[in-house]
Amino acid sequence: MPTLTINGMAVDVPQGTTILNAAKEVGVEIPHYCYHPMLSIAGNCRMCLVEVEKFPKLQTACSTVVTDGMIVRTETEKVRKAVTGVLELMLIHHPIDCPICDQAGECGLQNYYMKFGLHKSRYALEDKVHKKKVQDIGGQIVLDAERCILCSRCVRFLDEVTGTRELHFFDRGDHSEISIFPGRPLDNNYTGNLADICPVGALTSKDFRFKCRVWFLKGFDSICTGCSKGCNVDAHFKGDILYRLKPRWNDAVNQAWMCDFGRLTYKAMNEARLLTPIVRVEGARKAAAWGSLLPQVAYRLKEAAEKGGPDRVAVIASPQSSNEELYLLRRIATKLLGTRNLAFTHRVAGDGFADDFLIQPDKNPNSRGARLLGIPFGAAFDALVAAIAGGGIDALLLVGNVVGALSEEETAALLAKVPVVVQVGTNEGPVSKAATAVLPSASVAERGGTFTNHAGRVQRFRPGFPARGKAKNPIEILVELGNRLGAGWTFDGEASVFRALAETEAPFSGMTYESIGMFGQEI
Amino acid sequence: MTIGIKKVARPREMSFPESLYLVEIVKGLGVTMGHMLGNIVRQEGIKTIEYPEVRRRMPPRFRGKHRLMKRENGSPRCVACYCCATACPAKCITIVAGESPDPAVEKYPVRFDIDMLRCVFCGMCVEACPCDAIRMDTGWFTPPDDTREKLIFTIDMLLEK
Repeated sequence: MPTLTINGMAVDVPQGTTILNAAKEVGVEIPHYCYHPMLSIAGNCRMCLVEVEKFPKLQTACSTVVTDGMIVRTETEKVRKAVTGVLELMLIHHPIDCPICDQAGECGLQNYYMKFGLHKSRYALEDKVHKKKVQDIGGQIVLDAERCILCSRCVRFLDEVTGTRELHFFDRGDHSEISIFPGRPLDNNYTGNLADICPVGALTSKDFRFKCRVWFLKGFDSICTGCSKGCNVDAHFKGDILYRLKPRWNDAVNQAWMCDFGRLTYKAMNEARLLTPIVRVEGARKAAAWGSLLPQVAYRLKEAAEKGGPDRVAVIASPQSSNEELYLLRRIATKLLGTRNLAFTHRVAGDGFADDFLIQPDKNPNSRGARLLGIPFGAAFDALVAAIAGGGIDALLLVGNVVGALSEEETAALLAKVPVVVQVGTNEGPVSKAATAVLPSASVAERGGTFTNHAGRVQRFRPGFPARGKAKNPIEILVELGNRLGAGWTFDGEASVFRALAETEAPFSGMTYESIGMFGQEI
Repeated sequence: MTIGIKKVARPREMSFPESLYLVEIVKGLGVTMGHMLGNIVRQEGIKTIEYPEVRRRMPPRFRGKHRLMKRENGSPRCVACYCCATACPAKCITIVAGESPDPAVEKYPVRFDIDMLRCVFCGMCVEACPCDAIRMDTGWFTPPDDTREKLIFTIDMLLEK
C-alpha cells in the first residue's frame, strides 16, 4: 500500500489508485470534468492538474497513479493559475446562455467559474465560434454543441456502457464538436444518462426541458417502479409535483445508470391520480368521505364473507405494492376474511422487453416480494379471474389500477360480475371506472416502504411529500380496514409493519430498516 | 442606579371664557382663510394636485408598476430564466417556460404573472434580470381594483405598458 502526502496529509491507498481518488479519501476535492468513476480515464479536460514533487510539470490527478512517498499539492499558486487558465480556455467559445440553459444551477462550468474563475472575458463576443444549438439527436436528448467542453464523457459512455457509439467528435481546433452521423440518431435505451453525465449543458433532457429550474427542486431517495430491477433513484420534486428521476449510485443494482423507460415512470405519479374516495351509487360515481366509506367497505366485505361463506370473497394483490402492504393484505385475506381466493395480478406492460443490462421482463417492482410473502400468482390468479367471471365472488378487495393484462372493456365486464368491488389504487384506470368503492392511495413518492427486486434485494423507498388530495397511505388504509374487520392492530406506519413482517416471515428474518439502509440488503 | 424623580407642574385649570375656545376657533379660521386667499392670489403655489388627472413627477429611481420590455420585432425580451421569480422575496412571480417558435430565442415565457397584491415593490426582480426584460419605471402605483383576479397582471398586460 503506497503512502503519499496530499496537501500535508498522509494517506494510505491501495496500489493503482489515482491521485484524484486518493485525494477524495482525505476530503480534498480536485476539480474535474472528463473523469467519471464508471468510465475509462481520458485525461483530456486538464481541470485536475496538481503539483507533484519531483515532476517537472503539473500532472493530471485523474490519470496519475500514486506511488509510495509521493508528495502532492493541490492548492499552490501554480496549480490555481493552471486551473484558472484551463477554465478560461473552455469558456472562450461558451455562449454563456445560462438564462435559457437547463443545466444552470447544477453546471460544472458555473460551479468551477465561481470557485476558480471569476475572470472577465478577454475574448470579444463577436469572435466566438458558433455551433449548432437545439439539435434533437434522438432518444431523450437535446444537443447544444456550443455549450460542449469536449470532455468526451458521452462518447465514452456510448462506447463502453451501451456499446452503440452514436456520438463522435467532428472537426478540429475551435470548430471541434460532438455530433451524431447524419441520419443515425441515438438508438439505445439508456440515452437519459447522457444528460446526467454531461458536466455542462451540452446534452440536456428533452423531457425535463424548460419544465423547472433545478434550484427549486428537492430530492428524496426512491426506487424506480418501472421493472423488477429496482434501480435506485433520486426523485426530484417541487411542491407535490415530481419533475424527474435521476439514477442514484448503487454498485449492487444499477451502478450509476437507469433506463429511459424508468425515467418516465414518474409521470404516472403526477397525472390521472385518484385524489378523493369515490363510491358508486346506482351507477353514478360520487365523492365520498373517508370516515363513512371505510366502515361501509369493511361492513360489505364482512357481510359477504358471513353470508355466502369466506370463499365468496376474493382479494387481488398487486406487485406494485410494497412488502409491508402485501403483508397486511395477506393477513386481511387469510386471517380476517378467511378466504382462499388470494392472488396477485401480474401486469405485463408492453411486450415484456428485456435486455442483459438493467431492463427486466417483469414490469413490476415487487413481484419477488409478493412471491416471498406466499401470495399465489400465475395459475392461481387465472383461477381467481375465472371464478369472478363465473359469478362465484360476491365481494372483491382489489389493490392496484389494473387486473392482469385485461383491457378496459374486459375489466369492466369482469368486475360487473361482482356486486362489491373495493379498489385501493393510485391512478384512474380500468378498475377505478368499474369499482363500486375507490380508496385513493398515495403514490410511491408519497409513501414509504420496501420493494424486493428480481434478485431478492430488499430496498427502501421513502416518502418525498405528503399524499396529494385526499389520498392516504395504503398502510393506513389497510390497517384501518383490518381493524374494522376485528384485527386489533396497533401498527403506526410502515416501519412498525416491517418489524412485524421481519419477525414472522422467514425470508425477511433479521432485517430492519437500519440494516437495509441506503443500498438495500439481500434476502 | 437610582431613578431620579422630577416633579412636573400640572396644567392650570382653564377659566370659563377659555373653555369655550372662541378665540382659538377664530384664530384657526384665520389660518384657513389666509391660505384660501393666498391660493386665489398666487395659484402656482398650491400644494395639492388633482390626482389622477394631474400626476407628480416621480424621482428617477421610483419603483412603480412593472412592465416587460420587447425586442425590436415585438416579441418579449424575457427568456423565462426564472431569475426574477427566484429573487422575489414575496414569491409573486409565476412563470411557465416554453419552446419558442424562433430557434434563435429558444426559450420564452408562455405565462408570466405578477400578483400585484403580493408584490412588495422591492425591485429585486429588476436587479436579477439578466436581459433587462423587466422594469419598474412606469411611475405608476398599483391602481385599485374590485377583484383579486384583476390584480394578477398577465404577460399581455405587462407587455402593453
